[in-house]
Order: sequence, then C-alpha cells, then structure tokens
Amino acid sequence: MAENQFGYAKPKALNEALDIISKSVNPFILAGGTDLIDMIKEGVVQPDMVVDLKGIKKFKQITFKHDTLFIGAGVTFSELIESEIIKKQFPVIADLSRTVASLGIRNRATMIGNICSAVPCMDSGPLLAAYEAEVITAGPKGERKIPTEKWFIASRKTAIKKGEIVTGVSISSPGKHGSCFVKLGRYEGEDLAQVNLIILALKDGTFRVSFGSVAPVPIRAKKIEHLINGHPITPSLVEKACKLIEEEIKPITDIRATKEYRMHMAKIMFERGLNAAISRLNGGGPEYGKNLI
Amino acid sequence: MNKEINFVLNGEKVNLEVAPGEILLEVLREKLGVKSPKCGCNKGDCGTCTVILNGKTVRSCLVLAIEVDNQEVVTLEGLMQSGLTPLQESFLKNNSFQCGFCAPGIILSATELLGKNSKPEKREIQEAIAGNLCRCSGYSPIIDAIIDITN
Ligand code: FES
Ligand code: FES
Repeated sequence: MAENQFGYAKPKALNEALDIISKSVNPFILAGGTDLIDMIKEGVVQPDMVVDLKGIKKFKQITFKHDTLFIGAGVTFSELIESEIIKKQFPVIADLSRTVASLGIRNRATMIGNICSAVPCMDSGPLLAAYEAEVITAGPKGERKIPTEKWFIASRKTAIKKGEIVTGVSISSPGKHGSCFVKLGRYEGEDLAQVNLIILALKDGTFRVSFGSVAPVPIRAKKIEHLINGHPITPSLVEKACKLIEEEIKPITDIRATKEYRMHMAKIMFERGLNAAISRLNGGGPEYGKNLI
Repeated sequence: MNKEINFVLNGEKVNLEVAPGEILLEVLREKLGVKSPKCGCNKGDCGTCTVILNGKTVRSCLVLAIEVDNQEVVTLEGLMQSGLTPLQESFLKNNSFQCGFCAPGIILSATELLGKNSKPEKREIQEAIAGNLCRCSGYSPIIDAIIDITN
C-alpha cells in the first residue's frame, strides 16, 4: 500500500479531467502507471489526487489524416507495435516500441507517459525530436502545441504547465523516407538505453539525426545534419560526421556505462544507422525490426 | 476515501472495498488469498507479480487495485481451474524450474505469447519472457519447454 493517501478519479471526458486537476493541490496523471505507481510507492511524489486517463476513449486513438500521425495519450507501446497505421507509415515507431522495457510493461506503458516522465534514457524523446513532432496539451487556457525541442527542458522536466494534460503527439509525415532506430543496451531484451539514436533519410537528400541517453534531454544533431545534408555519403564524410558527434553529445558515466564507451558506440551506431536509413529509403534492407548492434 | 470495486477474477465476480493507494498485487495476495502472483522486486523489473489484465500480462505491483474496477483479471489459479495446462506439463517434463518463484509469471507470459503466436521462434520466446527473471534455472529448460509444446 502506498504510504500517502490520495483520491482517485477516472473521468470519461477531457473537460472533466481538467476540472478535477484544477481543483486539486498536487494532481498526478495516471496512464500506464509503470513510472507513476513506482514513484508513489517510493514516496518520490505525493499526489493528493490521481487522475486515471483510461476512461477517456479518445486517448486510445492512433490516426493518420492529412499526412499527420496522431498518437493519443492512452496508447500503449504494445498498441503501437500492433497498429497497422504504424506498421505501414512509421515502421520505426514499432521498432522502437519493441525495445521498450519488457512485454508486461509495454502492455501498460504509454509513449506520452514516457515523454512526460522525461528521464534522459527514454526511447521516445529522440524519435519525436527527429520527426519534429508536436506535443499537444489541453489546459484551462485551451490547447497548446509544443515542438519537441521546446518540450524537454531538463532531466525529468518538461514544458507542461500547471493544470494541463498532454492529450497526444502529432507527427507530420516528412514524405517518403527511410528511418532507423538503434539502441544500445547491456543485453538483448529488457534494458534501459545506454545510447539511442534515430536517423531519418529524406527523399530530398537531407537527414535528421537525433540522440538520446547521452545528455539530459534528447539531442537533435543539427551540426551533423548540416554537414551531410545533400552530400553523397562517402567514408570520409562519415568520418567527419563522427568527429562532430563529440561536439553534439555529452554522455556521462553511470552504473550502466562509461562516457568513453557511450561515445565510442554512438559513432558506430551512427554509421550503421545512417547506412540502414539510406538503404531503406531506396527500398533496400536491413528490414525494419532488425537489430543493428 | 475507500471505494467499492467490482471485477472478474478468474471467472468469478469479486466485490470489495479498497483505498486508492492499495496495490493490486497486495490486494490479490492479502485480501483475496490469491497467492500465485509474488512480490520479487516490487518495481516492475522481475515479473514475478505478473497477472493477465483484460487479456494482457501486466505487472500487478505497478497497478492500483482501484484501476481494475470493471475489468477482468486472470492469475495462474484461473488458468489451471481444470488441472495443469499442457504448457505446465511441458515445464514439469523439462524440469524447468527449481525454486519455482518465477514460475507463475513465466507461465502467464508464455501463455500470452502462445495465444498470439502458436509457433514462436526461439528469439520470440526469449523476448516474451525477457521481463521475467529466474534466479535458478539459467532459462534454457524454460525455453526448451516452451519450444517443446509448439512442436
Ligand atoms: S514484483 Fe512486480 S515486477 Fe517484480
Ligand atoms: S526457478 Fe527459482 S527463480 Fe526461477
């Protein structure tokens, strides 16, 4: 039993949820609970009210309209893996989802929860950064759309304001593209990332590169993009780009890995990820779902 | 602030009062006497507390009891209401477990996998039980037993 006593509500509509949080002193939003329940048990957070979003049907939506993907706040990683829309339009999101924790966690944990907890080793952050996704919030003053690069402020700190709820994220499709997510854990299966990386190769010859787990917030590697955009990817260009990684990311040493190891692996992952993304853009392999590291 | 909840547990309707802070794992074990889910790590890492909620395995140490109001929960007790399942027989035959602490969770995870995919590859089996830690067996006899049953 959690030490601290709190109220619990499971509203059926967003307005009702906003109303409840506006009347609470320290409300917390419950989606999958895989982070929140642990934090409550540990006493890290002390809510007076827990607002369960699972009663709001709309939050279960995954839609793709007008070339824009929407993922609702209640969508679990398992649902992302199983979604036909994701499989067809954004297979890399399914790839990433498959690497999040273990099945029993993926059946509950949500992508929105992942970016609201905003721990530096999250997997969803770099993905949303590379896709230039918008985080959509609802609050007393209406809706806000926050670009990913403004969403993550520091480790465990986001741009959410008091009284707001994240309703979902939207990603406008960059058109035909190849993508690759690479995650380094200590072993296959359930683990947190030591480094993760996503690369998009777009039809116009430009790239989007983003790293996670190597700084307090996801890093969009703009210098690298600037260097390689529009150029044929030759070994010497890749070498130059790898040098730039040292300027882009700031890994630390912790219980999972040293900073030197992370830096070394980031370069290898970048090279493999870049090649895979380009090859996928051109209809080649490695097929999605394949582990590159 | 207690609230009455109703849910289906192993096919039977259950009705009880819980405080919002009560954890499903504790309620199952302490209030309802269902002992197959166990507390290993109490934080989502080990899988010994696995139960099936609306058809999917979840970590009952990370679920509030109040969240299962109007939902359906199945534990190992529910799976084996008419005796050992073929999967359990296979575990027995392969001597898959030693202390058995991880067994209920692994059986439920494997059951979920086989429900979706009757002929999983070894990799898929490993992936499906990656969140269920076993400190005794070294996993091989567990994986062998699951492979056995698919043949
Ligand atoms: S006790 Fe729940 S995962 Fe370990
Ligand atoms: S048999 Fe002892 S933990 Fe698995």
